[in-house]
Order: sequence, then structure tokens, then C-alpha cells
Amino acid sequence: MSEASLAAVFAAVIRRDLTLAVRRRSDVFTTFFFFVLVVSLFPLGVGPAPDTLRTIAPGVLWVAALLASMLALTRLFAGDYADGTLEQLALSPQPLVLLVAAKVVAHWLVTGVPLVLVAPLLSLQFGLPSDALSVVLLSLLLGTPCLSLIGAIGAALTLGVRGAGGLLALLVLPLYVPVLIFGAASITACASGMAAGAHLSLLGASLLLALALGPWGAAAAIRIALE
Amino acid sequence: MLEAVDLECVRGSRRLFSGLSFRVARGSMLWVLGPNGSGKTSLLRVLCGLVLPAAGSVRWCDEDVRVARDNFHVDLLYLGHAAAIKDDLSGRENLHFGLAQSGVVASASEVEAALREFGLSGRDDLLARALSQGQRRRVALARLALAAGKRLWILDEPFTGLDADAVQLVQSHLVRQLERGGAAVLTSHQEVDFGALPVQRLPLAA
Repeated sequence: MSEASLAAVFAAVIRRDLTLAVRRRSDVFTTFFFFVLVVSLFPLGVGPAPDTLRTIAPGVLWVAALLASMLALTRLFAGDYADGTLEQLALSPQPLVLLVAAKVVAHWLVTGVPLVLVAPLLSLQFGLPSDALSVVLLSLLLGTPCLSLIGAIGAALTLGVRGAGGLLALLVLPLYVPVLIFGAASITACASGMAAGAHLSLLGASLLLALALGPWGAAAAIRIALE
Repeated sequence: MLEAVDLECVRGSRRLFSGLSFRVARGSMLWVLGPNGSGKTSLLRVLCGLVLPAAGSVRWCDEDVRVARDNFHVDLLYLGHAAAIKDDLSGRENLHFGLAQSGVVASASEVEAALREFGLSGRDDLLARALSQGQRRRVALARLALAAGKRLWILDEPFTGLDADAVQLVQSHLVRQLERGGAAVLTSHQEVDFGALPVQRLPLAA
């Protein structure tokens, strides 16, 4: 027995959440297939007009990613809140802010990364030019962690609230708007032959801001929820 | 070591207790008694710093626990009503991660020994959902075997749902904790005999 370092506790929280995600695969698949299905339904519904599809593709991809990430958010802290794990985390010798960050990282690995990886493939259905595919990947790579971090604040604020799902959407969706705008705009820019750098930089800036404020806000909300 | 000064706790519109002061010295134990709803769990949560008292303060080694939070948490082991046991993890994993998040690194053999001591050998790889209520309590309490480094144990109803052997086991760990100069605060409805150990009783009125 020895005293655990911050890195060890951080890693243990991530490993536990990943192990749990593997044991409850259906939760992960729900988010993933939701994204795949919603994105795939649009070409079928709108019809095979390449110009229309190309125009709507960025918006469809990003709105679907937004909703898919929302779908998984309610589970971020709810289980830990119900079984007392959050109390234990709040009483850990390591700062709660960083343990919350570890939980968000694990959540993003499970719900965000699969979306990032499958999105370029899905965007082929919309006839996006091939150089836009890398921007799709990059924008989602920068954007989905933002969604998880912002969502963590909402998930923590709605702990123990009845009808948490609806309230969570009301709280979090407005905060997602900048990410949606920059993310979709970067793909649109690239698809129409302009540089996407500016939009991606703004996405990166949003990520840094979310990284600085998200875990801190979520940790504060968790302490309130535990009282 | 642990000192409560003039504590007051209000839940909803009800005042659970007020003007509550006590000290728990090294090597001694505080036993909180009282009927359901008298605020035992609330008191423990106030002592941990999870709940802010309406008045008064809790001090650990002469520092307010809300101020010197990190120092306090290094010394604290809290077992609440909810045992923080995950259905989808095995007993071994539950114990390992449970200790890790309280800042204790235990080797695989130490975890195994603790589970064996708590009568769970052969079941350590079984998912917790397959365990009985009592066995889940045992997994949670197995943390005590590896928490020698924690100077303050705060245990909420540790004896509930345990058979006589397990009660004995928890009791012996409590004795060892006091003997090595630690302190403990617990609630229990069950009458447990601690013999000559310095046990301070704190009755709360409904």
C-alpha cells in the first residue's frame, strides 16, 4: 500500500470508465449508430442532387454529432451519483477538478472518437470533395472534446433533477452553438475552395476555453449536487 | 484529532441538531446513536465536508476541513450509505478502483488478500451484479483491510446487512485502527461490544 500520485488516480479513473464502457457496450453503440443513421438518412430523404447534398453536408454532420453527444451526456455522472462513487471522488486526496477531467476524457474516448473516425466515411455520401474529408476529421477532432467538456457542466448541474434529459438539452444546446458554427463553417469553407484555417483556429480556441472552464464548472456543480 | 465546534445542521425546514461540540482523540472512537431521521448520516457528511454545516466548523488537526481539504482527504476514509460498488465490475476491480480513487495504491496480491479475508476468495472475478447484498457490503468493507494509512475512518452503518462473522471482522479492523493511533466515527443501530476500547457515545435526539 502506498499513497497514489495524481497521475495514478487520473489513470485509474479513466481505466475504470473504459472498462465499464466495454462491459456496457450497448450504451456506446447507441450513440454511434444514432450518428451514423441520422447522417445517412439525409441523402435518402433529400434526394440525389449533388449540389444540395454538398451544401447541407457540413450542417448535417455537425448537428448529428451535437445530438449524438447530447444523447450520451446524461450517463456521464448519473451512475456515479447514484452509487456513491461521486462522493468518493469528491473526498479523494486529489483535486476533484482533475478527476472530473479524467471522466470527461474517458467519455470522449468512448463517445467522441468513434464519431470522428466514421465521419469522413459518412461524408462520402454527400459528395464532399476529397480534400474536405480531412477538414471534417480535423474539425470534429477539435469540436467533439468541446462538446464533452461543455456537456459535463450541464450533466453535473442536472444531477438528481427530475426530467434531467430535457433540462440538460435546454442548458447545453445554446452553449454548443459556437462550436456548431465554427465546425460547420470550416467544412463549408473547404468544400467551396477556401481556406479552413481560420475556422479551425477558432475551434481550437473554443477547445482551450472549454478545457479551462469545463472541468472546473462541473466539479463545482458536483459539490453542490452532493450537499 | 477531529474536533467539532458548535455544529448545526438544517435539512429542508428542519433543524437536525445544533450546538453540537465534541472531540475525537487519537486512538478513540465516536459512536453516533439515534433513531431514524435524527441526522446521523447528515452529521457524518458534515464531518467529511460533503455538506456545509449551517453553523460551526469541523477541524482536523487544528485546521478547518473545508480550508485544508486536501490534507484532510489524505487522512480520510469514508464509507457511506451508497457503497460505490459498480455492478459491471468484479469484486477485485471494485476494490482496486475504490482504493485508487481514495488515493491508496494496492498491489494485486494485497487486494486478493483483503478479499480473501472478507470471505470472497473464489468470487473475486465475479461481477458485482452476481453477488448478494451482503457480499457487496463485504467488497465495500474490504477497503478497511487496506486503509491502514488513513488516520480517520468515517463509517455509515458498517454493520448493516452483515452476518456475525463479518461483524466480528469489521470490529477487529476497528480495534486495529484504534490501536495504531487512528480514529473512527461510526453510526450503528446494532449493539456491538468494543470491550475496553475508548468509545465515546453521542446520542442524537429525533
